[in-house]
Amino acid sequence: MLAFGQKKMFRKPMVALLHFFVYAGFVIINIEILEIILDGLTGKHRLFAQPLGDIYVFLINSFEILAFSVLLACVVFLVRRNLWKVKRVSSGNKELAGWPKTDANLILVTEIVLMSLFLLMNASDTLLQSKGAEHYSLHPTGNFLLSQYLQPVLSGWSESTLIGLERSAWWLHIAGIFAFLNYLPYSKHLHIILAFPNTYYARQTPLGEMENMPSVQQEVLYAMQPELAPTDAAAPARFGAKDVMDLSWKNLMDAYSCTECGRCTAACPANLTGKLLSPRKIMMDTRDRLEEVGKNIEKNGSFVEDGKSLLHDRISTEELRACTTCNACVQECPVAISPLSIILQLRRYLIMEESNSPQEWAGMFGNVENNFAPWKFSPEERDAWVQ
Amino acid sequence: MAASYLIYRYFAIQINAFMQVRTMASMMADGEQPEILFWVGCAGSFDQRAQQITRAFAAILNKTGIRFAILGKEEMCTGDPVRRAGNEFMFQMMAWQNIQLLNNYQVKKIVTACPHCFNILKNEYPALGGNYEVIHHSSLLQQLIDEGRIRLKEGGNFKGKKITYHDSCYLGRANNIYEAPRKVLEALDAELVEMKRCKSNGLCCGAGGAQMFKEEEPGNVRINIERTHEAIETGATTIAAACPFCNTMMTDGVKLADKESSVKVLDIAEIIEKEME
Repeated sequence: MLAFGQKKMFRKPMVALLHFFVYAGFVIINIEILEIILDGLTGKHRLFAQPLGDIYVFLINSFEILAFSVLLACVVFLVRRNLWKVKRVSSGNKELAGWPKTDANLILVTEIVLMSLFLLMNASDTLLQSKGAEHYSLHPTGNFLLSQYLQPVLSGWSESTLIGLERSAWWLHIAGIFAFLNYLPYSKHLHIILAFPNTYYARQTPLGEMENMPSVQQEVLYAMQPELAPTDAAAPARFGAKDVMDLSWKNLMDAYSCTECGRCTAACPANLTGKLLSPRKIMMDTRDRLEEVGKNIEKNGSFVEDGKSLLHDRISTEELRACTTCNACVQECPVAISPLSIILQLRRYLIMEESNSPQEWAGMFGNVENNFAPWKFSPEERDAWVQ
Repeated sequence: MAASYLIYRYFAIQINAFMQVRTMASMMADGEQPEILFWVGCAGSFDQRAQQITRAFAAILNKTGIRFAILGKEEMCTGDPVRRAGNEFMFQMMAWQNIQLLNNYQVKKIVTACPHCFNILKNEYPALGGNYEVIHHSSLLQQLIDEGRIRLKEGGNFKGKKITYHDSCYLGRANNIYEAPRKVLEALDAELVEMKRCKSNGLCCGAGGAQMFKEEEPGNVRINIERTHEAIETGATTIAAACPFCNTMMTDGVKLADKESSVKVLDIAEIIEKEME
């Protein structure tokens, strides 16, 4: 429901509707792409037209409506980003400066071009049919719902130009789709694929539950009850996370599933009040560092220490310390990403490996340890409220 | 100041007239088991403002005839702030000690007025061997009202007044409890008004994740000021909370906005206790 039905997107109804057009367009028009690919492979034209008959016309008509909705939605999205400057996705947003901004606009423009080509292809095809052009009239489909309105623009063109147009639209469309598919892994647009497994593997436990650390649990248990301690217990290599290698595979898939929509950051109380923390940036940093580590491994065969890490080099302590663990970012994410999980693991490293805590926290830790409460009160006074 | 202190003392005495609080240890010594353990929490035990919430809730438990006990001096911090800050070791130490204690007393059911304690006891202790039925006081209050065990005064002080409820993150998003506290407030015949950001969109008060115990990081505005501003904008005369930390943050926010005379921040238990027959 989360991925296929896009349940969470509808927290913002208007954007959700537009996104749904693009999503439905993408998923359903795939049937048409299948035809185009098969046409290309077999050298036929409109392979599905004959066996499907009227259903075919109905299908193409609905594809045209979808294609037009996709086109429209992408135009609105471009306007939102570049003209209206909706804060979380605005082209002026510092976090999106450079590649993320280009990436976003590139995706939208590509989709507009692809959809226009599809409509143009249908328009010239049906026009050629009506002109009785060889080859085309062998596969009569009749006019389609929307592309027929493009025909008047093209009607003055000669047959050969039209064939040229139809052929180039066809080729550019299919080549564009294949190029786009290859572009995905380098782009935030990978979310159209990873959104599905990522929501499938989403945690089902209450959001408030923080992941347990069995390693620390064991350590404490052995300290409290030494008789239980095995003699060969090996100490864990590291407490908490300093770099992407210390994070879970789900954290990393989260990073690749993120399409930088910024719903998390727009809901983050720390970010709203001007603190440095931005959950979206946490995800982007994780992905960028992961890419860096990937390149390192590609180059050297295995990871060679580069003196950098996710913590400090990309995510600062100030960002981490601004988090109130309120779960707003987790709640907002339409594809079940948890920036909070990464924040908390990095915090654990800061405290347990670097003993890096603000002075007030150090005092609070001392109070909890000695007085069993975060404040400096004697445990003897704990029930003083009764009197 | 003096007047408000007198009023406070008056209520305190009124509440104390009903106050009968036993500890697990004394019940155990008498061979008794309580129906439910009231986990008071550090805020409820030590924070002067939160102590009032604790007293109000204990008074409700007494008035409704629920046989409850507290751990008293034996209770310890659940470890929420240290765990959220990143100090897993200290959390595990606290959890181990608390679970030993609770299991020794064979505790089955726990109620608490603190969403942070609630979340840890309910969601995080089971993995460490502490399995209890844990409910938040808002759920218990709703249940008692539904069962008719809490009867509210006709034409109470809140009738027709505007109340806005501030969602605690650890109750709401963390544990999906949005309705229980609202149902409790609806029983007052008050006009419940919602803030712009409420329920799963609710804005944090700024205290969670151990922020309560340190200065905020540099920014434009404090989170509690932002949130209190939203609450005041609803025109409500009462901001209802169901968490002692939210209560502190919102109370500070109201003070800073200079609205102390017109807007009160109260826990749902305090409100119900005052309005009970």
